Amino acid sequence: PLIYCYRKPKTKRAKRFLEKREPKLNENTKNAMLIKGGNANLTVTEVLKDIYAVKKPFAVLYKRKNITRPFEDQTSLEFFSKKSDCSLFLFGSHNKKRPNNLIIGRMFDYHVLDMIELGVEKFVSLKDIKNSKCPEGTKPMLIFAGDMFDVNEEYRRLKSLLIDFFRGPTVPSIRLAGLEYILHFTAVDGKIYMRSYKVLLKKSGCKIPRIELEEMGPSLDLVMRRTHLASDDLYKLSLKQPKGLKPKKKKNISHDVFGTTYGRIHMQKQDLSKLQTRKMKGLKKRPAEKSAEDGGTTPKKSKSA
Amino acid sequence: MAAVRVEAVLAAAEEQEAEKRRSITVEKELELEYDLGNLLAVDRNPPPAAALRGAGPRREALLRALARDNTQLLVSRLWELPAERAGGAGGPLVAQLPEPTFRLPREKPPPKPRPPTRWEQFARLKGIRRKKKTSLVWDEQAKEWRRRWGYRRAGGDPSRAWLAEVPAGADPEEDQFARLRREKRERVARNELNRLRNLARAHRAGSAVPAAPLHPTGHQDRDELRRVSRVARVSTASLGRFQPRLPKESAEPPSRSGGKKRRFEPLLGNLAAERSRQLELLRDMSSKKPVLDITRAVNKQLRQEEAEAAAANKGKKQSKRGKRGRRQQRPGRSGKKSG
Repeated sequence: PLIYCYRKPKTKRAKRFLEKREPKLNENTKNAMLIKGGNANLTVTEVLKDIYAVKKPFAVLYKRKNITRPFEDQTSLEFFSKKSDCSLFLFGSHNKKRPNNLIIGRMFDYHVLDMIELGVEKFVSLKDIKNSKCPEGTKPMLIFAGDMFDVNEEYRRLKSLLIDFFRGPTVPSIRLAGLEYILHFTAVDGKIYMRSYKVLLKKSGCKIPRIELEEMGPSLDLVMRRTHLASDDLYKLSLKQPKGLKPKKKKNISHDVFGTTYGRIHMQKQDLSKLQTRKMKGLKKRPAEKSAEDGGTTPKKSKSA
Repeated sequence: MAAVRVEAVLAAAEEQEAEKRRSITVEKELELEYDLGNLLAVDRNPPPAAALRGAGPRREALLRALARDNTQLLVSRLWELPAERAGGAGGPLVAQLPEPTFRLPREKPPPKPRPPTRWEQFARLKGIRRKKKTSLVWDEQAKEWRRRWGYRRAGGDPSRAWLAEVPAGADPEEDQFARLRREKRERVARNELNRLRNLARAHRAGSAVPAAPLHPTGHQDRDELRRVSRVARVSTASLGRFQPRLPKESAEPPSRSGGKKRRFEPLLGNLAAERSRQLELLRDMSSKKPVLDITRAVNKQLRQEEAEAAAANKGKKQSKRGKRGRRQQRPGRSGKKSG
């Protein structure tokens, strides 16, 4: 059933458009909106453009500057999210107190769930590194290094946010030769180093190739500033998956440690005397034995006089 | 001499194998955690902080080496997945990815299931279950199995029925064919109306529609009109006490809170009742016996807990017993005398 907003759709196209945006069991890939703040400088604009290139086609880059402060007032972000159906956002701004500021965040039900403010200390853009790049829309491999990503609660949320942001569409199978792009995040000394590399698969003796990396994409040195994390119960509510998504358990099938699949077949009661087995001529009953079994009754009838 | 050569050859081959294997093995203190559905790997080893502090190309080289090692491990895992050649023998090698295990929050809340229709509610109440119908029906006239409905259905083409019997009490001048056609049209229209009403009910239950306006719009249904008439009744100077009303309507005007708030007695009403109440209060205050009987209260609480536990246990086994079993069980369980 469709949940119409205020007006009912009058065309099939409008209806399809609304159906795409309503809540579903298996959701669409999350879109990201990249917004410039009132006083965004060159660095921040370049960062947004590079991230847009990485996240195409699941991102929208807004050209005009929007004078808002996400940490104070979230209504304009929520309005944009509703209009463009984006649940991830990256807001870039710059002022004296917080230079080269990036606010990365996500939404739940068009309301802000988590927001983390990061400062860009060093940025090397796609243009500055003169290598060949990988095709647009490649699903990146993500690696997080550093124990901070587990120990600190804010870093844990940041890890979850970054995975959500860069993950791309969920696919059931992937072409092994197409694993070209990797995003590597290292948390060390209160800083987060994000590096993107192009993967070169070299021949090694066995089936698994040897990896060589070539620095490619945007590389950022980030510092965590303010955070606005969702409360525990709201976060738990957003994690809740509907029951229909759980894979249905097939009865009668079990697996053992070695990977063998066992199944049970239920048969009706069989009359073992009438089983069709292999005929062995040597075991066939001879006529003499047969008459002995019948108890002496001869097959030939005797004529009465 | 030949033996020495063979040994040398074997040793050389062994060296080569080890070299190949070394090129793809990576030594790590702690194993990485993999989520292959998301192409994700998490490395919990603390990175060499001192080495990474100095800025410049050394840091980049170190980061790149770390990334190379981690990527090698992740790619090894991915290459171990079951793979096949998509699109025939010459196609690309494609690996089957498992489901992603890392839990990420949803974009929107999960959709609510649609509310049951009027028929479904009635069926649930009466315990009517769906009868599984066969897709083919035996047609006596054609002497073969035909569809239940659709192309070449079992009852013959209804548009080519050449005979329409006049029913017992009907008007002999009436056109029976026209009557049949009219009735079919009415049936279809009623079905469509019910379907749209069910859709509207589901849509209303799903989204919070803003409250209906008070002026007549022509599209209001029974519940909205009831609400509107209630509001209209109370919107007079005397708050609906002296309004003309229908024979079966209640004399009291409907309260705005819907009967949720406390009701107080009038100040100067029943003098005798007030007197008796005050005397009882004095009696209770001056008596030595406590108002709350501790033992009775404790027993009541215990009984309540036992009943709850019994209900919880019953709930687990309820599906097996059925209505009759449950009905037989109930009086035995919860009927306990007070202590």
